[in-house]
Amino acid sequence: MGPELRSWKEPHRLVLIGIGIGIILLAAVTMRWDWLPRYSWRLVEGVGTTLWLLFLTSVMGFMLAVPLGIAQAAGPWWLAGPARAFCTVIRGTPLLLQLWLLYYGLGSLFAQYPEIRDSWAWPYLRSAWPYGVLALTLSFAGYEGEVMRGAFAGVPKGELEAGRAYGMSPWTSFRRIWLPRAIHRALPTLAGETVLQLKATPLVATITVVDVYAIISRVRQDTYLTYEPLLLLALIYMMLTGVLVMAFRWLEAKVPVKGG
Amino acid sequence: MNKQIITTIAAFGLTLAASAASAETVRVGVAAEPYPPFTEPDASGNWTGWEIEFMNAVCAEAKLDCVVTPVAWDGIIPALTSNKIDAIVGSMSITEERQKTIDFSDKYYNTPSVIATAKGSGITPDDAGLKDKIIGVQVSTIHQDYVTTHFGDVAAEIKEYQTQDEANQDLAAGRVDAIMADSLALDAFVKSDACCEIVGAVEDDPAILGAGVGIGLRKGDDELREKFNAAIAAIRENGTYAEFSKAYFDFDIYGQ
Amino acid sequence: MLEWIAGLASWELLALEPPGWGGVLLKGLAVSLQVAVGGYLVGFVIGVGGATGKLYGGPILRDILDVYTTLVRAVPELVLILLLYYAGTDALNKFMMLIGAGPMDISGLVAGIFVIGVVQGAYQTEVLRGAFKAVPHGQIEAARAYGMSSPQVLRRITLPGMLPHAVPGLSNLWLIATKDTALLAVVGVAELTLVTRQAGGTTKSYFLFFCAAGLLYLMVTLISNVVIRRIERHARRGMPAVR
Repeated sequence: MGPELRSWKEPHRLVLIGIGIGIILLAAVTMRWDWLPRYSWRLVEGVGTTLWLLFLTSVMGFMLAVPLGIAQAAGPWWLAGPARAFCTVIRGTPLLLQLWLLYYGLGSLFAQYPEIRDSWAWPYLRSAWPYGVLALTLSFAGYEGEVMRGAFAGVPKGELEAGRAYGMSPWTSFRRIWLPRAIHRALPTLAGETVLQLKATPLVATITVVDVYAIISRVRQDTYLTYEPLLLLALIYMMLTGVLVMAFRWLEAKVPVKGG
Repeated sequence: MNKQIITTIAAFGLTLAASAASAETVRVGVAAEPYPPFTEPDASGNWTGWEIEFMNAVCAEAKLDCVVTPVAWDGIIPALTSNKIDAIVGSMSITEERQKTIDFSDKYYNTPSVIATAKGSGITPDDAGLKDKIIGVQVSTIHQDYVTTHFGDVAAEIKEYQTQDEANQDLAAGRVDAIMADSLALDAFVKSDACCEIVGAVEDDPAILGAGVGIGLRKGDDELREKFNAAIAAIRENGTYAEFSKAYFDFDIYGQ
Repeated sequence: MLEWIAGLASWELLALEPPGWGGVLLKGLAVSLQVAVGGYLVGFVIGVGGATGKLYGGPILRDILDVYTTLVRAVPELVLILLLYYAGTDALNKFMMLIGAGPMDISGLVAGIFVIGVVQGAYQTEVLRGAFKAVPHGQIEAARAYGMSSPQVLRRITLPGMLPHAVPGLSNLWLIATKDTALLAVVGVAELTLVTRQAGGTTKSYFLFFCAAGLLYLMVTLISNVVIRRIERHARRGMPAVR
């Protein structure tokens, strides 16, 4: 945001806000919202699924991104190569395709082994969400792994040497200097990546995971309405993004980036 | 570089102009998914199947210039109401629920709905058989309605798929225990995949299952509806219908 | 299992001529690329306009542009595509009726280009705005002092000056555009991902076709990367090397 005044009290802004409220009121009055009470509880559940997916896959994806980053930044070639190839493939193909490959391609494979069908894992392997979680996790790891590579490579060599001079073992210097510094460097990108991850979650609805997007699809099919359910869905995602962005701002204020 | 951009923009403009000019043609929406034997893409990217032949026959009879326009099934009614297509030839059953939003031509075929399961599953197409089972159906279909209404309480879960093909695939992959769909579509599926079998028809519920399949049309598009109705009657009468159906079915799928 | 291996190994399914589906996949790829290129260009036009508006426009225009870029970037592309694909074309047709013209036939391709363009436009606005601002103001003032006209300043100072700052963001957006076209599969546009699933569904060789399509997308990305590196080197000439 530039140096210009950013206050909602400017006269033209009041007019714009007025117009905005007017549009919302008009939409509320003239459009059909009678379906809303019937689906409200399911919508809440759907938002829950979406957030749960987002949280789980971001955390797991980040945990996977750290080794991917180290492998690329400092690993031997037989680790750096595969890690780099993984990131390239994940970043070079659409997530939707990856998801369908896992669910329809890989998933249909398991059914052909009676041993798998009879095992304890089958109830999980036959449901859809593990594939959604896997695809979203790998996707987050692929994108964030690239960020972590840069973050690890960007930690000044002098700091690591200083650690060694203090007599730290390589493991200690990694744990106490390299990793925290790299994570700090990557932290600002994390907010953006997490918002992107949120926006990727509705894809799992295409493999029958019932998130908030799937509930809205259900409303669309039940009511044949074109605008209303999609507008509500856009509003829900906007609010989720807003909350996410604010949460990260709060988090970043709590965790000062030491040493810049 | 500049020239390239200008040519591309010009070409883009031309596409717009060209598509705006063809107002006389009837854009017939089909579901953009393999739904054998009714509509499926072939290896050269053309749409084939019984329903495509039916459409060609009806359009020839009514002297309409029809173009096949593939649309996602779950958005096929919005596509019709928002003017993206003019008619739906997509094995869409005539139901009261749908008639609140769109109009239909007279029916052009009518077949029962059946349940398919993995071979030897022992599942029967009723409450007892489907108790605690996972049932797969395609969204926005009469089958989804039926399963939700009749088996919603007994089934462990009802999984909804964007396309019938995906539901079939998941039955083969063991992710669902049973699927419900049109008998001919499932017949084609069980013949192509050794995994599964049809265990029988469900009990009829005309209010949900409707009175056969018709061409979906925008409300108030009466002129087109009259043309289609006349053409359907004519091809039934003059034997064209029986002629192109022979290659697909050994009985008359028009029903009573 | 055996069946699956046979399915994976039946390479003749990928032959370019029927009964192989290779030709269909390539046609799908062509549609994807057309949508990506078209959408990217539409997005660029919006982006240039948006960036100019955000920097030099009045307060109302700036706020409206802020709302546009914020909304588009906060809502999943999949939802935007559904909204713009159904509601956008519906609104356009209602507008055409209103001004007395007949309904417009919007093909899936054109709608796809429009949708990707609107999404890209929001992101490109931000990239271009940042790049514009990165050109030191003193350089522009110096050019004015030399008596250059506004178009001259734009052509000789602003554009070459902003290019190195815009290229990384713009190339990233190009890669996103190529992958976002896959989302049009959900509304039934016959682009690569949808024809891949149709091919997989019809032949039951899901794995083979998804891998083949993945390779095609990967090739697009890798070839784009080579081109982007060249453009970057060209745009950054005379500037200090990165890192």
